[in-house]
Amino acid sequence: MNRREVLKASGGTTVMALMISVGLLKSGDAAAQEWNKNAFEAKNLNDTVKALGGTAATESKDITFVNAPDIAENGAVVPVGVQSKIPKTEMIAILVEKNPNSLSASFTIPDGTEATVSTRVKMGQTSNVHAVVKAEGKFYYATKEIKVTLGGCGG
Amino acid sequence: MADPMRIRAQMAGSMVDVRVLMAHEMETGQRRDAAGKIVPAWYIQSVTATCNGKTVLSAQWGPAVSKNPFLSFRFSGAKAGDKVIVTWTDNKGDKRTDEAVIS
Repeated sequence: MNRREVLKASGGTTVMALMISVGLLKSGDAAAQEWNKNAFEAKNLNDTVKALGGTAATESKDITFVNAPDIAENGAVVPVGVQSKIPKTEMIAILVEKNPNSLSASFTIPDGTEATVSTRVKMGQTSNVHAVVKAEGKFYYATKEIKVTLGGCGG
Repeated sequence: MADPMRIRAQMAGSMVDVRVLMAHEMETGQRRDAAGKIVPAWYIQSVTATCNGKTVLSAQWGPAVSKNPFLSFRFSGAKAGDKVIVTWTDNKGDKRTDEAVIS
């Protein structure tokens, strides 16, 4: 009797703990999905697009760079903002072509969030910066060259 | 434990304008220290922002995001007084969650 109660109680707590951990996973990690190692190890635009689940990206004039400089004095802190006017934009990624690994950051845009994100990235040297947008399963990109006077990788 | 994030969330018309400044080294794993040893990579891998239980932005980052990362975005469907909650996780499994009230 006593043992059963203990077992019952402990069984209950395990289930509770599991439920909580599942709940926690749902609110955070599942939404962000597992960190896409392949995409972050890709060396160029095509490989990155493939690692993100696409085949090839088409160039689009509906993607614009906001407050990204033409010349960045300090490569360690280069502001890059991307705005997509493509309807149903699901994802925005920022790629720096000549960095050791191209992909810097990818953002998942749920419904109700504007398809505009800004952040700051590091650039090892003067390079093309690609903004990749996924909308309705298709990939699009735009490119801007940012000149760097002082590199931000390797110090 | 890492330092707190600075989050500002403001109404801009019907949208909420969110700006986040995180405190993190964002070490690339490519840099060498004075002794010539590679400094191991240490960077934020995922960021999630939620408001009223709904994810409003999630991101995956590589080491090429700048030190003390800055992030800004806008979303709709919230009002002043609601809370925006931002969580990051780095490649060492460290986590930090902070929140801000929309003004």
